Amino acid sequence: MYYTEGLPVPETPSPGETPGPWERTDVVGKPRPRVDAYERVSGTAVYPSDIVLPRMLYGAILRCPHPHAQVKKVDTTAAEAPPRVRAVIGPGDPKTDLPWSFRDVKTTLFPKTCRFEGEPVAAVAAETLYQAWDAAGAVRVDYKVLPHVSDERRALEKDAPKVHENGNKLKTDTYSRGDVEKGFFEADVVLEQHYRTEAEVHTPLELHGCVANWDGDVLTIWESTQGVYAVQSRVAEVLGLPLSKVRVIGHYMGGGFGSKLQTSRYSIVAALLAKKTGRPVKSFLPREATFLAMGNRPPSNMTLKAGVKKDGTLTALSFTCLGTGGAYPAGGTSLVDWQIRDLYLCPHVRTECTDVYINAGPARPFRAPGHPQCSWALEQMLDALAEAIGMDPVALRLKNVPDYSQGREGNPPYTTTGLKQCFKEGARRFGWEKARRKTAGQEKKGHLRRGVGMAGSVWFVGGGGPPSTVILKLFSDGSANLNMGASDIGTGTKTVMAMVAAEELGLRPEMIRIEHADTGTTQYATPSGGSKTVPTEAPTVRDAAVQVKRRLLQMAAEEMDLPVEDLRYTGDDIVSRSRPDRRIRIVDISGLKRQGVVVGVGHRGPNPEKKTVNPFCAQFCEVEVNTRTGELRILRFLSTNESGRVMNRLTFDSQVIGGVTMGIGLAATEMRILDANRTGKMVNRNWHDYKLPTSLDVPADIVGVPIEMPDAEANISGAKGLGEPVTIPTAAAVANAVYDAVGIRITESPINPLKLSSLLEQQKKEG
Amino acid sequence: MEKPNPKRSLSNHRISRRSFMAGVGAGTVCVAASSRLFASGGGEKEEEVINADSLSKLSLHINARDHHLLVEPRWSLLYVLREKLGLTGTKEGCSRGECGACTVLIGHVPRYACLTLALEAEGAEITTVEGLLNGEELGAVQTAFAEEDAFQCGYCTPGQIMSVEGLLRKNPSPTTEEIRIAVSGNLCRCGAYSHIFKAAEKAAKARSK
Repeated sequence: MYYTEGLPVPETPSPGETPGPWERTDVVGKPRPRVDAYERVSGTAVYPSDIVLPRMLYGAILRCPHPHAQVKKVDTTAAEAPPRVRAVIGPGDPKTDLPWSFRDVKTTLFPKTCRFEGEPVAAVAAETLYQAWDAAGAVRVDYKVLPHVSDERRALEKDAPKVHENGNKLKTDTYSRGDVEKGFFEADVVLEQHYRTEAEVHTPLELHGCVANWDGDVLTIWESTQGVYAVQSRVAEVLGLPLSKVRVIGHYMGGGFGSKLQTSRYSIVAALLAKKTGRPVKSFLPREATFLAMGNRPPSNMTLKAGVKKDGTLTALSFTCLGTGGAYPAGGTSLVDWQIRDLYLCPHVRTECTDVYINAGPARPFRAPGHPQCSWALEQMLDALAEAIGMDPVALRLKNVPDYSQGREGNPPYTTTGLKQCFKEGARRFGWEKARRKTAGQEKKGHLRRGVGMAGSVWFVGGGGPPSTVILKLFSDGSANLNMGASDIGTGTKTVMAMVAAEELGLRPEMIRIEHADTGTTQYATPSGGSKTVPTEAPTVRDAAVQVKRRLLQMAAEEMDLPVEDLRYTGDDIVSRSRPDRRIRIVDISGLKRQGVVVGVGHRGPNPEKKTVNPFCAQFCEVEVNTRTGELRILRFLSTNESGRVMNRLTFDSQVIGGVTMGIGLAATEMRILDANRTGKMVNRNWHDYKLPTSLDVPADIVGVPIEMPDAEANISGAKGLGEPVTIPTAAAVANAVYDAVGIRITESPINPLKLSSLLEQQKKEG
Repeated sequence: MEKPNPKRSLSNHRISRRSFMAGVGAGTVCVAASSRLFASGGGEKEEEVINADSLSKLSLHINARDHHLLVEPRWSLLYVLREKLGLTGTKEGCSRGECGACTVLIGHVPRYACLTLALEAEGAEITTVEGLLNGEELGAVQTAFAEEDAFQCGYCTPGQIMSVEGLLRKNPSPTTEEIRIAVSGNLCRCGAYSHIFKAAEKAAKARSK
């Protein structure tokens, strides 16, 4: 066949038989630039925010400027006056002020009581974006400003203003195993420390928003989302439409990191404006609104008490956390104790996590929810314990590596765990021991101090799972088209899927075109998040490719009048095992020619029972602290990851450098600042004042080291998730390196020059 | 006020930035009666007041082609490129000069299209990411970005590419430090920076061949 490379093709399992693990791979696992690289670098990729439709209007949403206020009156007269305004909608109209909810707490699109700065108050559609904002600015709103609470640490005080009528406490989750008091009694060293991480905001580069268009009673939405099917179901539910009449398309999307997993009110608003005007409406949020209303990683106030024996055996961990998901139920302490529960062997563990309401934007899942915060506490604590008992930090961790999940009911074993190898190989490749000796022996004369640090992690999920369906279509010339509902959120999903199909069919990956992320034309998929997309979709795609091969074998068997078991698919042709002179080229199979295409429908099989599938990671870094200015330079990073089979060695590295870069943000630059004492407003709602890591803040030297352990039990691709594990231990590793450099434990993020210089000053005074 | 430099041609048009800024808050824009007045920096008394959404004729020279259109004086170059001319390779990230997703070349200099009024760009040679293509073929910087996987979601990528293009036109063999500085005005939330450095180095080599 013209489109193959003559590479060996895996055996085709008989119908009903599950494919075994690939024994060797020739495409999967190799470094491969993306199948859609051309579109992304040429500027021809059409992202939802790039859509321009004929007769399209622009929408703008007016948002509440107060963290807590009652909307007394909305006067849209002036807004409706400009000649090119086409629609204004606001509170009180039952046709447009539809019910909305955050989990089980009910509100509306334009609520009478705004509980966070940035809640929608009214919306307009106009001929140009500028006119839309003119009109939004002309809406007159009378607010009754209410007292607010914008600091979760004060939310449970007796006189704290109430965010909801029933108070500010949402819930307290507890977990316990063993007896922590017994564990502390058995310990040789017990330490206790308070830690805090600041709230971070996702701020993906593409703004949140959509274009909505009606054709009669059929609604099409182009949305920057991580999951088109998730948007479809919520929009259909709120607008009372059948799923078949809501089509959501998101072929490209400019980043989400969890903030685009869910449906937002703006999509409904755009649809309503489009309905009212009979015109397409484009409505993207201004950047400031995304800081306020499109989610965040909640701040975490954590206390950890830990006990260890002299030989490094952990005896007890007791952890409390106070967090907030903002003004509505949104997972303020979601998974924030998971590293404590699961990462290291420990018989006695207790955790207590309290989630409270404050008058701030609701949280959304943010790349490994809860995990980096927990890691910040646990991994700094482990270093402190190691120092107290005179043990190397890597050795202490290696002493406590489990091969089963202690945090889960019934202690299921991990299908595979490479955590031990992550630590060992990471330390070896980083040159850990030598680097430690070097920093310990450095002269204390100058103002520059070097330090090295490390940390490990487990990700709560990362194994993926059903449901997923894909369709693989083999054309009569042997090229193929893959039809998949999942979004490629920038991780390279499409490329990996092309590689999987190519591996199984013996095709060149560039001969596979992918249609994806469209509820109208592609198959059902859950949103791309949780580092589950590759382990969910790759086995599904492999299954579809196997179905194609089986169908071709069946066709060839009929045509050649040979039993199907006697035939073997080689990529180019189908050959008789017993009489190798009898063969037929794939493109010559008359059934294929007659039908035009052969279709394989792939389904995601179940995950293994009584086992858990998790990816692991360890990271090592070297930093330099300027003791005069408090500036922190991160010199190099190394990340070892056990994520099962490596699918694409090139995009593997991209995930690593991206995760480390984002973790550096948590460690050193990012914090949401709310004016808690006075207005309660967010004061750094832009990228000038809220500092993301830039090209000047990250090392060029970020190395990804895969610990490759194809996971035969996890799924038929052998892959586990990668995108989230790579950002969990980063901030803690940086904090540990700073301690190694200057001997200061920085327990509250971010380690910025202001904080570091004042701590250095304090250290100097205390001698 | 900075004296306009006719070679850069960025401010060589009929509206003064000062009077624009004075007028924009009130929802109106002052248009200077002639460019002569603008060059002298005075003459407010001869300015007429127009509505913010009244339209002016504008010619833009983009990717070696002329475009003639009617624009509101307050429209940014970014808005005109994306929403009026279909040149959506130039991205909008913040519209306030913080992220660099909208970076284009004016002459050979990377500029934020969101902070450039469309009217300001009249007469200037504007290059967008689409302008780096030769027919359907990728330019050297684009090719290097594709090969090194110097992006993830791809949304900041056109801006990154234009900043690197601008750097290489000025400095054909930059050091890593110079590359870092050149793209320091381009945020990448996916964190592709270290691959961007590699891509820029690769593009520099490819261009020097």
